[in-house]
Amino acid sequence: MEALVSILIGVMTASAVYLLLRTHTFPVILGLSLLGYAVNVFLFASGRLQLDSAPLVEHGLKQLPDPLPQALVLTAIVIGFGMTAFLVVLALRALGALGGDRVDEGEES
Amino acid sequence: MLLLLVCVPFVGALLLPFLASRLRLPPAGVASLSAFLGLILVLTQATPVYDGEVLINRWDWMPAIGLSLAFRLDGLSLLFAQLILGIGILVVLYAHYYLSAEQAQSRFYVFLLLFMGAMLGLVLSENLLQMLLFWELTSLTSFLLIGFKRRDPAARQGARLALLLTGGGGLALFGAVVLMGQIVGSYELTAVFDSGQSIENHDLYPVILVLFLIGAGTKSAQFPFHFWLPHAMAAPTPVSAYLHSATMVKAGIFLLGRFFPVLAGSELWFYAVSGMGLATLLLGAYLALFQHDLKGLLAYSTISHLGLITLLFGLGTPLGEIAAIFHIINHAVFKASLFMAAGIIDHETGTRDMRRIHGLFKHMPYTGALAMVAAAAMAGVPLLNGFLSKEMFFGETLALRWLSEAEWHWLFPWAATLAGVFAVAYSLRFIHDVFFNGEPRELPKTPHEPPRWMIVPVEILVVLCVAVGTLPSITVRPLLEAAAGAVLQMPLPDFSLAIWHGFNQPFFMSLAAMGGGVALYAGRHWVFAVHDRLPVKLSGKRLTEGLIAYLFDFAHRLDHALDNRSLRRYSFLLLLTVLVLGALGLWGAPLAGSGARTPLDSGALLGGLLLGAGALATAVKHRSRLIAVLMLGLVGLITSLLFAHFSAPDLALTQVLVEIVTVILVLLAMYYLPEATPHESSLARRVRDGVLAAAAGIGIAVLSYAMLTLPPDSISSFYLAESKPAGGGTNVVNVILVDFRGFDTLGEITVLGIAAVGIMAMLRGLVLAVPERDWLGRPWSSDRHPLVLVTVSKLLLPIALLVSAFLFLRGHNEPGGGFIAGLVTGVGLILQYIAEGSEATRPRLPWDKLGIVGAGVIIAVLTGIGSWALGYPFLTSTYTYVTLPLIGKFELASALFFDLGVYLAVVGTVLMILAGLGGLTRRADSV
Repeated sequence: MEALVSILIGVMTASAVYLLLRTHTFPVILGLSLLGYAVNVFLFASGRLQLDSAPLVEHGLKQLPDPLPQALVLTAIVIGFGMTAFLVVLALRALGALGGDRVDEGEES
Repeated sequence: MLLLLVCVPFVGALLLPFLASRLRLPPAGVASLSAFLGLILVLTQATPVYDGEVLINRWDWMPAIGLSLAFRLDGLSLLFAQLILGIGILVVLYAHYYLSAEQAQSRFYVFLLLFMGAMLGLVLSENLLQMLLFWELTSLTSFLLIGFKRRDPAARQGARLALLLTGGGGLALFGAVVLMGQIVGSYELTAVFDSGQSIENHDLYPVILVLFLIGAGTKSAQFPFHFWLPHAMAAPTPVSAYLHSATMVKAGIFLLGRFFPVLAGSELWFYAVSGMGLATLLLGAYLALFQHDLKGLLAYSTISHLGLITLLFGLGTPLGEIAAIFHIINHAVFKASLFMAAGIIDHETGTRDMRRIHGLFKHMPYTGALAMVAAAAMAGVPLLNGFLSKEMFFGETLALRWLSEAEWHWLFPWAATLAGVFAVAYSLRFIHDVFFNGEPRELPKTPHEPPRWMIVPVEILVVLCVAVGTLPSITVRPLLEAAAGAVLQMPLPDFSLAIWHGFNQPFFMSLAAMGGGVALYAGRHWVFAVHDRLPVKLSGKRLTEGLIAYLFDFAHRLDHALDNRSLRRYSFLLLLTVLVLGALGLWGAPLAGSGARTPLDSGALLGGLLLGAGALATAVKHRSRLIAVLMLGLVGLITSLLFAHFSAPDLALTQVLVEIVTVILVLLAMYYLPEATPHESSLARRVRDGVLAAAAGIGIAVLSYAMLTLPPDSISSFYLAESKPAGGGTNVVNVILVDFRGFDTLGEITVLGIAAVGIMAMLRGLVLAVPERDWLGRPWSSDRHPLVLVTVSKLLLPIALLVSAFLFLRGHNEPGGGFIAGLVTGVGLILQYIAEGSEATRPRLPWDKLGIVGAGVIIAVLTGIGSWALGYPFLTSTYTYVTLPLIGKFELASALFFDLGVYLAVVGTVLMILAGLGGLTRRADSV
């Protein structure tokens, strides 16, 4: 299972990095979102993988997972949404002000 | 009491604009009243200090880093406090007449009072970190005062130069103080004094001393940092009289005295401090003679006198310290009066150029007489205060002969005499050139005596010069003894303050200085000609400015080399750098640990395949934007399943909800953006990016595997164990969020709020062209608000609200909580917007969305402050059990209110972002 999760994090990162390097705002936004997922899963995984449990005490569960990365990632997910929204609106504002959705102006392709 | 004393000028500065504008009180009156109050406060405390007692007031501030609010009144602080407040009153009075009505605004006196408060805080500090705060504050306020004439470029440059040097010195001093604090283990002066030789015997002592001397030397304009002081003369003259004679430039000297018991006594101290002082003394005295600007002459003579005091501190002998302190007092008194006199001359003649001002004695005999007495004191003429301390100084340079360690002892008396020669010569120039020596040339104004009250401060200071010079034992001895006792931290040796000590060596040195000075001044035409022909004209200001210009230029060129205004290029370089650094870090590290492996199951494998395929498809199909968004949504949903699978129900809930709002958001944006991304990148570029992406992916995968297979080593057992007893909840994730790490969460919802505000600002006034047809050329659906959706959404809203209330309330014990409940509410409300349009929804949701965010953050902060009111640290939570009918017994924690703040902030942010973006359509439609 560890190998599977590692590979998934890697695939998400690779796709995200490729998207980050595109010429238009839209794929860059997608790339950042995707990178956010990858980072969140990575952080979450730093608490190691634990099946069939939950970070709840006094619920008769044995082998509780590490709650700290979960708490960190929970806020990271919400903040990630805030950041994506910010970028989307920034892209729209750029579209309104500059009339285009390219990341860079007039650079070589 | 001491806290009150330090607060007086600050409070005065705070009230002054109000009193001046509303009650029409003269600002100078308010300012001098504040200083007067302060002086009275000091004097009421003074009696025990004269007897050698030390008053200390202390309150804890940040005990964890050793910072306390602690004040100390000993002899040295008493001396400085009296100088700061006493001369402060005179300067304020003088400024009232000196400044034109336009300049004499409240602003000037506010700055002056702030500076006064900063100086008082500095000299009264017992805690060293607190002292540093005040030290920086003196630099900042003096910057404001020097640059007071904002439209004058010289004033701005002078202020900047002063700030640069004193600020840089402050940084060095900071290093020295932190090192001392580390060695001693406390930042309290008392503890530092009690530490004996431990600092001096420490390996880091040379580092501390050098940093310390940079701090003290920059502030007190010691060579080679002296050059900012003459440029600071662009300040209004009252500022020069105050800052550059009595107070700020003495702050470095004060430090030398303050840390004398701790740092002095070593050979290094002797050579470094006395060397610096000697160079400054000679250089200042030499350059003072060649200034044509009255204030320039005084500035360089100040530098020279500061060098003299530093030299005395450097000698390290008890009598030398007494002489140093004595000279601090004397110099403050005569130099302040000289600056004021120079200001009067400037004020009444319109110029300060000594090549034009001559023969003023006829026009202003009274001012002339006072200025001459003060200048004579500066030259060290008998019966005036400057003579006594200079005599002691000469005596101490001679006494060096008996110190075996001082190999260069023979140099000191000669150098001292030489400096004395120059001091006499420039004092003579001040007297003779200005008040005699022919008739004034082309003065802008006809000179006459100043207004009566403008001269009073000068009178008082000159009377002090004479009083100290003739009756030293009565006037100054008690203060001198108290201050010297504080510096030396041991019983004082016997010393004599008599006016006449007989025909001894110091007296002959004085005589030689007098004679030499007169001769030098008589031959000044020849001397000036030689000076003008000197090839070396080093200007510290030009050197510093050149250095700064070079640094800017260098940064500019570096910037241009790296920056071609292409974000893609930055991203590529950044990612490449991270990759290379990461690879270097991982090189040779074990790539798999010995931790337990989790068995693979078929469900996980299927999910993994979908997730990987979705991620790859997002990248590969990114040009068909709709498909890419759907694929991204797939990735998000599977990620939430992944969280659920690996025992993180809260994360799974959050992720699935965020995924919904993200997809809505991106779809909204796509309405305006082109549907497809044009094919622009070359194949080579795509291959290059692909290689980088693959390398990054592989690197992260390897890193993840290495991490995942390490045996767990976590601090989380604390949270698991304490969640119920300390936090009152069984959902450990939620307890961490609202309790253990509540401060983090508070920061996070604040960030959310900031993002929401930023989005609102960017949306304001934004009008985008709306395409009339979709990308396949079809017209938009005419059924804008489908009936089915309207009906269902109306039904759904109460259910959504109920669910979110349920999730919210149980969040402390079961999966749920403010973040998740907020997202559920947000999604429910957004559905209303989608179904019925913002036009129809707005009246039914009339609240200000930014207000909701703000209310959320405020509730969270208030919850935190509430624990203050009960005497606990910020954000301490408490809980109790409440029984309600129907619901039964449940637990009510103060953390619930905090979570309510989180809830509101999340709801507000989601609504603001999505409804704001949706509102854009409406605006565009109506255009």
